[in-house]
Amino acid sequence: MRTFVRGVGQLLITAGLVILLFTVYELYGTGIATSRAQGSLTRELHQRWKQPEPPHQRGVVTPARPGAGLAMLRIPRLGKGWIKVVVEGVSPPDLRRGPGHYPGSALPGQIGNFAVAGHRATHGNGFLRMNEMREGDAVVVETRDMWFTYRVTSSKVVDPTDVAVIAAVPDRPGVRPTERVITLTTCDPLYAATHRLIVHGLLESAGPKSAGPPAALTG
Amino acid sequence: MYVWIWRKLPGQLPGKIMGSLVLVGAVVAVLFFFVFPWIEPRLPIDDVTVDSPGPP
Repeated sequence: MRTFVRGVGQLLITAGLVILLFTVYELYGTGIATSRAQGSLTRELHQRWKQPEPPHQRGVVTPARPGAGLAMLRIPRLGKGWIKVVVEGVSPPDLRRGPGHYPGSALPGQIGNFAVAGHRATHGNGFLRMNEMREGDAVVVETRDMWFTYRVTSSKVVDPTDVAVIAAVPDRPGVRPTERVITLTTCDPLYAATHRLIVHGLLESAGPKSAGPPAALTG
Repeated sequence: MYVWIWRKLPGQLPGKIMGSLVLVGAVVAVLFFFVFPWIEPRLPIDDVTVDSPGPP
């Protein structure tokens, strides 16, 4: 009897330790693979950007194949030097490597909605402080030839099924877009993910890379 | 359980301590590299996309 009770006690303590270890893995362990993936994505993307492009594609943002890097994303509010490679696709394996571009949504700088999902906790905690985004905050997207500066217009919490937020005109599915917007989606509340935190922004300026980084980054 | 393992470990005290560290390390490695990565996508703690409701 005594041995049995002791065995159960040890088992429970072990289970507790394993769960504790799991939280360590979730919060920090998953970030290691993500930051490695981000490193190789950055190298790949810059390599690709260095290749000469066909003349008809000059200045045009070209789509990336699924899982490949599409653009560089900078959000000064989330930290000085906060920079991520956006990958094409929002499947769990894509999002483990970085923020993902919803396939079929607009490309950076295009008319329509450039929609990006990203992990808030775990996998590098990229969008951890997304709740601190305020109206007017800059979201800067770098492509092969261009800098695009978006300014946050609104943020809100919605149900996970509210796909209208990533419509070409946010919240008005089926309407033909005339504006260039960006939408960031992540989980809310932190660590629970019963809802989604949505941040919308509107393109403020676009400029060629030759003109240098935009004021939102240098100012 | 732990008493039984401790008894089975070879050697004197230093050997037993070494043996336990190796065992703990092995268990943690298996958890971190195989068990946790398998469980992780099955937990809905960090879903970040908006999606149409799928079949239940």
